[in-house]
Amino acid sequence: MGVLNVGRIEEGFVLDHIQAGRSMEIYKHLNLDKLDCTVAIIKNARSSKMGKKDIMKIECSLDYIDLDVLGYIDHNITINIIKDNEIVEKRTLTLPKLITNVIKCRNPRCITSIEQELNHVFVLTDPEKEVYRCKYCEEKYKKK
Amino acid sequence: MRHLMSPLDFSVEELDKLMDLANDIERHPDKYAHVCEGRILATLFYEPSTRTRLSFESAMLRLGGKVLGFSNAASSSAAKGESVSDTIRMISCYADICAMRHNKEGAPMVASQVSGIPVINAGDGGHQHPTQTLTDMLTIRSLKGHLNHLKIGLCGDLKFGRTVHSLINALVRYDDISFVFISPEELRIPDYIREDVLDAKGVSYEEVERLEDVIGNLDILYMTRVQRERFFNEEDYVRLKDFYILDKKKMKLAGPDMLVLHPLPRVNEISVEVDSDPRAAYFRQVQYGVYVRMALILTLLEVNV
Repeated sequence: MGVLNVGRIEEGFVLDHIQAGRSMEIYKHLNLDKLDCTVAIIKNARSSKMGKKDIMKIECSLDYIDLDVLGYIDHNITINIIKDNEIVEKRTLTLPKLITNVIKCRNPRCITSIEQELNHVFVLTDPEKEVYRCKYCEEKYKKK
Repeated sequence: MRHLMSPLDFSVEELDKLMDLANDIERHPDKYAHVCEGRILATLFYEPSTRTRLSFESAMLRLGGKVLGFSNAASSSAAKGESVSDTIRMISCYADICAMRHNKEGAPMVASQVSGIPVINAGDGGHQHPTQTLTDMLTIRSLKGHLNHLKIGLCGDLKFGRTVHSLINALVRYDDISFVFISPEELRIPDYIREDVLDAKGVSYEEVERLEDVIGNLDILYMTRVQRERFFNEEDYVRLKDFYILDKKKMKLAGPDMLVLHPLPRVNEISVEVDSDPRAAYFRQVQYGVYVRMALILTLLEVNV
């Protein structure tokens, strides 16, 4: 299996094992367009575990990244933290208990549909089935 | 400071304490007649609900307190576009506790996040109506003496009826509870109640179409209205509607200790000839609704008598 190398990162992190095709969604949710750093997105890389996967290389501190958002999108993603060109730490993600302003409540009867500047908050109510419910109306959020 | 958003906000022990207090109020109303003097309850009813509002007002007045509020959104500042958060901040300056009814689900919770006073959810859309559930529970506990070891029949619209869902959620916390769901196919209990609540807790239940077939085995019969507009076609409505009307003939099949409850208002699902039956408990239920709201106001205001 060949190794694809899109520039080395001196300091930053690599998001590995992203479900193939979902990296742009992550780019958007992590607000990477607002960061002034190098971001490399590799789509459909070959993976022995997953068949195909996406990989992202981001050259900034992990402090700028909302790990809860990432955990919500896909908690199977692994994070390799790089310092001086070496992987110094591997981190796994968990499903966050609470997510704020990442997804919107679609229930038209929910108070979030009319209340001024109200945060859209979702609570993890069933970790096994990965069910999130709106904090206010308890409507289940269905991932597409 | 505590609020009441859902009946599950209170533990079983806390509910017991609340219901003990309600029963004490029932036995010794004079003892409680002035305990809220100088306190004000605000009833913020963004959508009309005369019975619930009057029950809250009666509760506060019977405790010696005063009430203020509005009874529809058109006469409130919401008509001018004020947010729920702003309204409750203002009301916190005028009153000591508030009961809020809103057509949007979760509105009372938004209020509770910024409120300076306890907020009671008096019904938020199709979501929760906790004081109705507390009323139902107090009625059953007072008249049966316990909330364990009961076979409870729920009859009528079990799909859209929030009082039914809320009551099931509250009662599965007690021992040896079983349910009989009596409804037409179209109005059966939703899957999430069946899977997430009943199956998850291992509660036994059966689903039937005809009230006559099961009424003889019930300790409690909780009636709700079957609305014509809920049916897919007129034919089914005509075929099924009489199954869900409780009359003297069906009451003859029931046991001597079975109680009939109904959240009211009734339209025609309980024949008036049943009203004089000693097992008809729905008007006593209204009275328990006032007692439980009195107990709730005292608990949230932390008034010790």
